[in-house]
Amino acid sequence: MRIELVVNGVRREADVWPGESLLFALRERLGLPGSKNACEQGECGSCSVLLDGSLVCACLVLAAQADGHSVVSVEGFGEDGALHKVQEAFVEAGAVQCGFCTPGLVVATAALLEQRPDPTDDEIREALSGNLCRCTGYQKIFDAVRLAAAR
Amino acid sequence: MNNRWTTRRTPGAMSSQTTTATPRRLEIGRIGESVRREDAVPKTEGRFSYASDLWAAGMLWGHTVRSPHAHARIVEIDISQALAMPGVHAALTHADVPGQKRYGLEFPDQPVLAIDRVRYFGEAVALVAAEHPEQARRAAERIQVEYEPLELVVDPERATEQEPLHPDRPTMGHGYRDDPRPNVVRHLVIRHGDPDTPGDVAVEGVYEVGIQDQAFLGPESGLAVPDGEGGVDIYVATQWLHVDRHQVAPCLGLEPEQVRLHLAGVGGAFGGREDLSMQIHGAMLALHTARPVKLVYGREESFVGHVHRHPARIWAEHRATRDGRLVSVRMRILLDGGAYASSSTAVTSNAASFACGPYDVPNALIESTCVYTNNPPCGAMRGFGAVQTCFAAEAQMDKLAAALAIDPVELRLLNALAPGDTLPTGQVVRGSLPVAEVVKRAAELPIPEPEELPRDPIRLPGGAGNTTHGQGVKRGVGFAVGFKNICYSEGFDDFCAARVVLRASSAEIHCAAAEVGQGVNGVILQVARTELGLDDVTLAPAGTALVDSSGSSSASRLTYMASGAVQLACRAALDERDRTGAAEVDVERVYHHPRTWPLDPETGQTTGERSHVALAVAAMRVVAEVDVELGLTRVVWIGTAQDIGKAINPQAVHGQIEGGTAQGLGLALMEEIQTRDGLITNASFTDYLIPTTLDMPPVTAVLVEDPEPDAPYGVKGVGEPPTVVSTAAVVSALRDATGRPLTRVPVRPDDIVDLTA
Repeated sequence: MRIELVVNGVRREADVWPGESLLFALRERLGLPGSKNACEQGECGSCSVLLDGSLVCACLVLAAQADGHSVVSVEGFGEDGALHKVQEAFVEAGAVQCGFCTPGLVVATAALLEQRPDPTDDEIREALSGNLCRCTGYQKIFDAVRLAAAR
Repeated sequence: MNNRWTTRRTPGAMSSQTTTATPRRLEIGRIGESVRREDAVPKTEGRFSYASDLWAAGMLWGHTVRSPHAHARIVEIDISQALAMPGVHAALTHADVPGQKRYGLEFPDQPVLAIDRVRYFGEAVALVAAEHPEQARRAAERIQVEYEPLELVVDPERATEQEPLHPDRPTMGHGYRDDPRPNVVRHLVIRHGDPDTPGDVAVEGVYEVGIQDQAFLGPESGLAVPDGEGGVDIYVATQWLHVDRHQVAPCLGLEPEQVRLHLAGVGGAFGGREDLSMQIHGAMLALHTARPVKLVYGREESFVGHVHRHPARIWAEHRATRDGRLVSVRMRILLDGGAYASSSTAVTSNAASFACGPYDVPNALIESTCVYTNNPPCGAMRGFGAVQTCFAAEAQMDKLAAALAIDPVELRLLNALAPGDTLPTGQVVRGSLPVAEVVKRAAELPIPEPEELPRDPIRLPGGAGNTTHGQGVKRGVGFAVGFKNICYSEGFDDFCAARVVLRASSAEIHCAAAEVGQGVNGVILQVARTELGLDDVTLAPAGTALVDSSGSSSASRLTYMASGAVQLACRAALDERDRTGAAEVDVERVYHHPRTWPLDPETGQTTGERSHVALAVAAMRVVAEVDVELGLTRVVWIGTAQDIGKAINPQAVHGQIEGGTAQGLGLALMEEIQTRDGLITNASFTDYLIPTTLDMPPVTAVLVEDPEPDAPYGVKGVGEPPTVVSTAAVVSALRDATGRPLTRVPVRPDDIVDLTA
């Protein structure tokens, strides 16, 4: 089936199989592999995207459900070759190791700061509790969120 | 020169998709500076290409048919229905393996595809390749395999009395103690002094460790591309490219040069990528179809797609004098290796080597046995045997402190190993080993004051579940010390190669070291910039074609080994240029660490000067709160001091310590692969839990820089010691809070509440 959606500000069309997830469509149909496929059942947050501004796991949304809607993936952050402040903070704070969780965390952090520009440590922990990271032990991710908030 | 991330999505000339990445210049970084990672920018932008992101024109998707049984005879395999399905290009079985039918990291005991029987749940039986991944999955379901279930070997205690799973005993005849019992992978006895020496006080305990999974976030994936001349290029997430090739080429019936391994972006490893996953399978499908073939495991498949941390049962007895000096340690360790050997023989000896902890123990008898079973295969995971015995040994030290009414930290200081002391293997510690220093530094870290009630439930055990207002919550403080070896041991001929192409004001480095997230690429660049005095230094993509082996991203060894190799090659390049005056010089050098010797098969004593290259120690203090009515826990704070030799990149060192600590906390509190009759029952992130942001407390880490005399710049590895110590330290805090023995990890709510009482 044919779907039409706005991805990172650009109108896109894709021919998808009805059972396909938005994650598969982004990665394999639309050439946007930034959203990651770590569990594909909504547990790890590696595929976090904004759907009409709301934070969702792209693996739990059917591509067909995104028809007529707007999606922002990690590739939609940052402008003119400059990093988004959240991306910049992740780089600076040393919050990236293997980096497989990073795209999802960038999107989730940006969504958090949109709602709570100056989150407490408890709010940061709760907001990011759906994003698994296996490398960092989260300490430098917290540093990055606080750094991005301070800017 | 392409930076590595610009090349990932476009392997060879096959791809039509390209990235828009422009290589960024690094900020300048010499050793000792907290240099930002080169790959952090593309990783935050979603532009870094992991193995699962690879794509090539005309690419097919592969899928693996896996055994639903833990032990069964294969009666028949029928691929005809699958082959007839639309979009399907290949269905292959063991009969299609072109070369050797078996492979293995150390012993070739594992079939590429099961031949006449399957020995574990999830064992690969057949392969398919199709146009769309869903077609491949459906075709895999249509491959008909008739199984005849066989008697299960799933209790490691009974395995030595059951029918052998490998009657040809693949691990025998390699210099290990010859144990004729069925299903023994390795049996090692370390006898040191007179283990029967009596003490004034003795404590005894039985401990158990569950099966832990590496749970790296990037699932096993890779792309195999036929070269049109009979050879193949394999782009894969792995830990050691050259040892992969060493296993892959014979199974494909090819010469090593015809098989080129290229490192694709790796989404974490932690030991789980030491063994092969899709490499031979992908190459078989690619060579058969003459098309590029990609395999990407899902999470459920990943749980059966790699080896795990060995589950262990350990009995220990510690004897000491009344004033707290250790007299004798006796320990029996039983490790369940699962269906195939992987690196189990080395894990068996590591568990034994570090069983006494970093203490001066004059007499010891350590018996370590690993058995084959039909449980999930086990092999390397961060800490590699030392995690299991540290948990038991440190519980024993706390028990001894209680029996002697001595402060637990004091008891550890009293017995701390130091240079000049002898390990139970007879090796005299000649290098750096600042045990007392790390114990003191960790013990003096100030712990947070107890927080008043009421408070936000997010800061109580049960957290966001809002299970308590704090009525049943008790606080405890724990302490533990752990150590392990840096680099490979027991006479293994380990080396690392590096190649330097030096021009007037720039240089290019080749090293096959696998960047798995740990930061070795940064180490290589910092060393090269320091040695060459140049800013413009780039690192070529890691592969087997242009440089010799680096050895594995394992055993906390690459900072040591890659630093050594790059330092050697840079100095040789500068010498060569001075000597010849050439505008460009190109040199490759191979670095070897100091030689080690095997352990005597009968006594477990080192047969030379040493069996381990270097040792590293970490001490950890943990504050935890436990709801003793509900059995829920919350770790409040962790403080640690770690012996790291020399920090090449302090920020990266802290990152390794924090991440390694989290994995040990996971084993202490929640992580366990559960099986029933050898079948994994929790192969998902819904059911296998790893620590989240709500589980990890703040971590304060002190770096103790005591240079390792034989190592380049005095470095040691840093990745494993935090994982070795943190499981023991977290459970120590839970014991302090609950007063319960808590002899098994992960600690379950039932153990805390003691529903058996």
